[in-house]
Amino acid sequence: MLIVVCIKQVPDTTQVQIDPVTNTLVRDGIPFIVNPYDTHALEEALRLKDRFGCRVAAISMGPPNAEGTLKKALALGVDHAILLSDRVFGGADTLATSNVLAAAISKLHAEVDEVALVLCGKQTIDGDTAQVGPGIASRLDYRQLTLVDKIISLDFAGKKIRVSRKLEGRHEVVEAPLPAMLTVVRELNRPRYPKVQMRLEAAEAVVEVWNNKVLGLDEQKIGLKGSPTWVSKIFSPERDKGEIIGDGYADPAGTAALLIDKLMAKDMLPL
Amino acid sequence: MTPNPTVFATLLLVSLAVFAWGCWKRLSLISLGAPENRFDNIGTRFGEMLLYAFGQKRVVAKPFGINHFIIFWSFLILMVANTEFILNGLLPHTIKLIRLPFELYVPLAFMIDIASLLALIAVTVAAVRRLVAPPYPEARTLEAFVILGLIAVLMLASFTLNASELAAIMLKSHADPESFLRAARKIMPVAGLLAGQLPLPQLEVIHTAAWWAHALALLAFICYLPNSKHMHILTAIPNCFFRRLEKPNTVPREEFSAGATFGVDRVDHYSWKDLLDSFSCTECGRCQNVCPASITGKPLNPRAVIHDIKINLLENGSALKKGGAPGSPLIGEKGEGSVSEESIWSCTTCGACMEACPVFIEQMPKIIQLRRHLVETEAKFPEELLNLFENMEGRSNPWGIAPSERTKWCSQLDVKPFDGETMEYLFYVGCAGSFDSRNKHVSVAMAQLLDKAGISWGILGKDEKCCGDSVRRLGNEFVFDKIAKENVALFKERGVKKVVTQCPHCFSTLKNDYRQYGLELEVIHHSELLRNLVQDGTLVLNKTAEGMGTTVFHDSCYLGRHNDVYDAPREVIAAATGAAPAEMERSRNNAFCCGAGGGRMWMEEHVGERINLTRVNEALEQKPDTICVACPYCMTMFEDGLKDVKADNVQVRDVAEVMAEAVLR
Repeated sequence: MLIVVCIKQVPDTTQVQIDPVTNTLVRDGIPFIVNPYDTHALEEALRLKDRFGCRVAAISMGPPNAEGTLKKALALGVDHAILLSDRVFGGADTLATSNVLAAAISKLHAEVDEVALVLCGKQTIDGDTAQVGPGIASRLDYRQLTLVDKIISLDFAGKKIRVSRKLEGRHEVVEAPLPAMLTVVRELNRPRYPKVQMRLEAAEAVVEVWNNKVLGLDEQKIGLKGSPTWVSKIFSPERDKGEIIGDGYADPAGTAALLIDKLMAKDMLPL
Repeated sequence: MTPNPTVFATLLLVSLAVFAWGCWKRLSLISLGAPENRFDNIGTRFGEMLLYAFGQKRVVAKPFGINHFIIFWSFLILMVANTEFILNGLLPHTIKLIRLPFELYVPLAFMIDIASLLALIAVTVAAVRRLVAPPYPEARTLEAFVILGLIAVLMLASFTLNASELAAIMLKSHADPESFLRAARKIMPVAGLLAGQLPLPQLEVIHTAAWWAHALALLAFICYLPNSKHMHILTAIPNCFFRRLEKPNTVPREEFSAGATFGVDRVDHYSWKDLLDSFSCTECGRCQNVCPASITGKPLNPRAVIHDIKINLLENGSALKKGGAPGSPLIGEKGEGSVSEESIWSCTTCGACMEACPVFIEQMPKIIQLRRHLVETEAKFPEELLNLFENMEGRSNPWGIAPSERTKWCSQLDVKPFDGETMEYLFYVGCAGSFDSRNKHVSVAMAQLLDKAGISWGILGKDEKCCGDSVRRLGNEFVFDKIAKENVALFKERGVKKVVTQCPHCFSTLKNDYRQYGLELEVIHHSELLRNLVQDGTLVLNKTAEGMGTTVFHDSCYLGRHNDVYDAPREVIAAATGAAPAEMERSRNNAFCCGAGGGRMWMEEHVGERINLTRVNEALEQKPDTICVACPYCMTMFEDGLKDVKADNVQVRDVAEVMAEAVLR
């Protein structure tokens, strides 16, 4: 039994700025991190491994330097780490990305072991589309269970999974046959911290790289050519409200009074 | 009336065998420890040993230590008497002190008599103290009373023995008893006095009884010694010799290669010196009486940690000697021989225990070694630390704030990037100084003071990284190692020679820890630099910082105890306010931690009284208007504590802010 976790290397968005001229992300010198939601998917896969003894494969599509992300997964305890990297994969939107990831999962299913579960973060923090997970499920014809905050039961032999989904203001409990694709939210678990010994081993490990020669996908379905989505503009929303008033440190009482005056002037303090 | 030499010789041989066996058993366990070089600077070591072991410098630092000093020196003097006693027991009539030339005998006999009296008084006082007001409640052990009792029996027996011998000589010489005893009292005041009281007809019985009482007590003492905490008689002196000559404010580096072990989870992973420490502890309890965790009811007790290491070593020693695995865990639930995880995480690494220990046991590094095992090998630690570790590794600051925000504190100032060619000082602002909204004010004050003094200085800005103090004290050596290497490379690349810090944790890490990475910097704490600038007239005071009112100063552990900077911050406050700050009950090397060191800044404090509240209340006893600090962590702990006790009228100010008040306003 194999669990596949899809992870993505993303720029640390707290440190990202947008180039005002080109409308693109300024990525120079910005450190990369593992997409935070994906770390919870990874943790859940590793917990299932601890419980059921199944194997875990982590896959990631990205440039060669995304190897670091997969090494982090190895340090945490995944059995296989595969980087899907090829120039022809570049510029992909969520559709083209899900084509590549689905092909890799099919290959793992055929060559390594029967895939029972695919786990993804609910979305990435750079694109925020939340489409890639469901896209994979559609391509593979797996059941898709999104926004999972708890796996209630899992029966590999009976091929059944029951999960809780975190929706707005409520939870929904659903059951589905395996194989299934889950996207997970942060409430699912607390990710573990890597042991030093495993980090050292991961640092030495060679991450397997699959390019399109390996996957053999139609170039019209991958990369920029396979991406129907157009990004016309990226921008930081203008801050049209809010201001910093006074000096709360030097004069807390005066600043509070100033704030009250301002709020009253705008008729925002019902008296 | 002389004892049977054959019986005595047999008993002596048995006792010596028990003694040797006990010593060998324990000392051979010490050799299980990992290698560590403590043989450098032999001359200095010898001197320190004379001062601290024979001079008992740290023992007498507490009033009751004088009692120990008396017992220790009496013991050394009485070694002469006991050697005579043993030799005399083996070869009766051959070896007697009295056969020495009279000029030598008289002072020797006098010294022995007085030493015995002093020892008897001292052990009585010690026993009474243990009964009435013990140093700590668990100190009333049978072991302690057995040892004190044995010493008392030895003294009483030796008085009786000497008295009966004097009386026998008196009878034999047919001298006038009055004048004989008067002369005898001049030589041996106590024994002489006692000699006059003895019933002469039973003299022989008394002599024999006293002799055997003395012999048996002495032999029992010899047998008991290496098998009890009293073994410190043998180990404490070498422990002072082998002490860490530099302050134990750092822990050794670890090598990160595959197959290595990280930290300590079994006793034989400690160094031999760590194991010697465990046999040198006589459980005086001074460490636990100054430990902020112990005092406020946390599960940590530094004395118990050392004791547990010893017990674990004794329990597992034979298995380990055979190359086997230990049967009982070193890190485990409460119980003798195991240190609990809760206690390991309670340490603030304030160093008070090491400062208090009369024989230089190094408690703190041992606790950090245990943390290393938990973090690095087991990835097991309080959950609050997960974010900290990830933030430190990912964004090189505890809060996980974007490194690009490091310069926000000086957005209104004209602060230049550091240039090694043209600038003297790197102002290493530190994470708190860069990101903590309260502490940014200290950075601003410091920047303005540096400019006012005409110092050429710069900052690393967005390139500045955390120094790694918290992760190192928390046992995450792997991440510290990465941070330290990056910083060392950065400092070398930028040509940094002189650094000023406003945080004692940055100060100590840059100054002491980075030396292990081959970086020798001239690191100065801002309190020292400000003091120097005022003293040499570079920084001119415009007025007295009257707004501060009555001040009290709190010593930061990493400035004071770990680096011996006590006077500079006080002198800065005195210069700025015109009056020396008030002192708390516990100050300078005896100061009480704010509770934030050792990574505790980032952890919850669920058990017992809060350490910062204890300290805040101690500060408030001085009725201050301003509590002065020289550390961002202390500042946070005091500000939080003052809010908790609703002392709104008391403010917390860093020494730089106090100085700024006098220089800039």
